[in-house]
Amino acid sequence: MPVLLAALAGLLLLSITFGITLGPVDIAPGSVWRIAGHELVLRLGLPSAAGEWTHAQHQIVWLIRMPRVLLAALVGAGLAVVGVTMQAMVRNPLADPYLLGVSSGASVGAVLVLAYGVLGFAGVYALPLGAFAGALLACVAVYWLAHSSGRLLAPRLILGGVAIGYCLSGVTSLVTLTAGQRELANAVLSWTLGSLAGTRWDELGLPALVLVAGIAWLLLQARGLNALLAGDETASTLGVDTTRMRRGLFVLVSLLTGVMVAVSGAIGFIGLMVPHVTRMLVGTEHRRVLPVAALVGAIFLVWVDAGARIAFAPTELPVGIITSLIGGPFFVWMLYRRGMSPGVGR
Amino acid sequence: MKLQARDLRWRPPHSGTARTIVEDVSLHVGEGELVGLIGPNGSGKSTVLRMIYRILRPTAGAVAVDGRDVWEISARENARLMAVLAQEQGGGVDAGGGFGGFSVREMVSMGRTPHKSPFARDDRHDAGIVQSAMQRTGVLPMAERSFATLSGGEKQRVLMARALAQQAGLLVLDEPTNHLDVRYQFEIMNLIRSLGVTAIAALHELHIAAHYCDRLYLLENGHLAASGTPAEVLTEATIASVYGVRAAIRLHPRTGRPHIEFMPDDPV
Ligand SMILES: Nc1ncnc2c1ncn2[C@@H]1O[C@H](COP(=O)(O)OP(=O)(O)OP(=O)(O)O)[C@@H](O)[C@H]1O
Ligand SMILES: [Mg+2]
Repeated sequence: MPVLLAALAGLLLLSITFGITLGPVDIAPGSVWRIAGHELVLRLGLPSAAGEWTHAQHQIVWLIRMPRVLLAALVGAGLAVVGVTMQAMVRNPLADPYLLGVSSGASVGAVLVLAYGVLGFAGVYALPLGAFAGALLACVAVYWLAHSSGRLLAPRLILGGVAIGYCLSGVTSLVTLTAGQRELANAVLSWTLGSLAGTRWDELGLPALVLVAGIAWLLLQARGLNALLAGDETASTLGVDTTRMRRGLFVLVSLLTGVMVAVSGAIGFIGLMVPHVTRMLVGTEHRRVLPVAALVGAIFLVWVDAGARIAFAPTELPVGIITSLIGGPFFVWMLYRRGMSPGVGR
Repeated sequence: MKLQARDLRWRPPHSGTARTIVEDVSLHVGEGELVGLIGPNGSGKSTVLRMIYRILRPTAGAVAVDGRDVWEISARENARLMAVLAQEQGGGVDAGGGFGGFSVREMVSMGRTPHKSPFARDDRHDAGIVQSAMQRTGVLPMAERSFATLSGGEKQRVLMARALAQQAGLLVLDEPTNHLDVRYQFEIMNLIRSLGVTAIAALHELHIAAHYCDRLYLLENGHLAASGTPAEVLTEATIASVYGVRAAIRLHPRTGRPHIEFMPDDPV
């Protein structure tokens, strides 16, 4: 396990380096970290001589590509962890924040902030806060719809999630088009497709903080997550207060989704694919699944983002398009493997 | 550890006119006793046990362990007092579901959940308990296999091992011998006896109930039809009236316990 984590961390570092070198301007892998090192040393207030790179290369690496690639890693990790958590919560491997409408809820919240300036008191945090509130409402609504006398009905969960997702996407479009702001419409379009373009350093802080805190909290709950996956009745007899635990998980899932959607828009299917692949690698025990899924998700989105930048260069695709192109068939494949039933064996 | 259930009644919540499933059931299990709960399909055995292990809140009545109402303590504290082997609900995720599923060892380790703080790792002490629980139920050879791929009886023994790993003073068992071949039926019952813990078990095999239990409660349509020692409860008359099957009963010369021979072809 430590070996696997170290290997994945190494792979992530390589992927990030490679992701930064990719693009219309050639950058050697070595200069990526020399430029980063140079900036860090300067920031520590120490003198550092500029190396053999050009000013343009420096700007591109430090101001454009590095924050973007790092954000891809953060968002990939965050969405993968959300997927793992939601799947344990509803005991269904098809749960995903995008598929179940939670990302759409976050989008509505965020668009309301952009269009009408609601939550103005929160300043720069208004956007993530709005996204969090929207995600939480969607999450609770989907859960409530799928719930019937103490049991979760899997078909209702998936179909209800999709329906709520559509509904909320409609609200997003409605707000965008009626707010009477032309730039807003453009911003929202690229954002509903899921995009990492134009990431700035100051956008990384909140997602990084929420991600690290979220994973730490989940690791402390790992025994409870395992028990929850074995069923509510089993979990209760093992001493897990399932109602309270679910409530906490609702907030956490919404917080992570909201913060990620606020910076990158709704990127789909990562929460579906990455946990599945992770479980094939390391089994179901959450103390292993959580860190591995986070790393795999980070690596995956770094590569998808690289693909989005170079596939149709100089045109850049929003990453969400690529994750959907891969994720849709993946979802169908999972459905077939499970014998066409979205339920969990009962 | 002692278990006391008083005047339990249960009817499904929010169901208006639905019938009452369990009515006026009172029972007690004394320190170190093994008490059997018997009765036909649908007579309410599982419902009574689920009230005891705090999944169903009684519509009326109360359950107390060592004098403390089970609803007044936390789920976690409760899980340290009683370990539960639930009746199989027909292959949920317990059975692997759409997930890769847990290994047998991971499944048994779950029994340690109520004893561990969030910050604690599973240490050697826990590993030892898990190992010995697996050994006692004969599942050690399959420790690293996926739980989902086991046979029904093997799964049942793994879940029994998980209950043992919980190290509780009270065992609540819903059909512990379900799916087991004869050898393991006896081994599991012998194991339960040998633990010296207080236990209540819903049982279908009357010969097992007769042989192992200190006392029996017989349920019929949600009511207690009889209670007492196996010899008092398992009579030809009660079996005929509750199960509708004729039986010939002799008391075993050595153990004094009833020995039942069913005669399914004779009309009642
Ligand atoms: N949630 C519920 N709503 C309505 N009826 C229920 C509910 N749960 C159980 N019942 C009914 O209550 C009756 C008793 O069920 P229970 O599971 O307690 O029986 P049992 O004695 O354990 O039977 P078996 O031997 O088959 O396990 C059954 O008729 C069952 O259909
Ligand atoms: Mg039953």
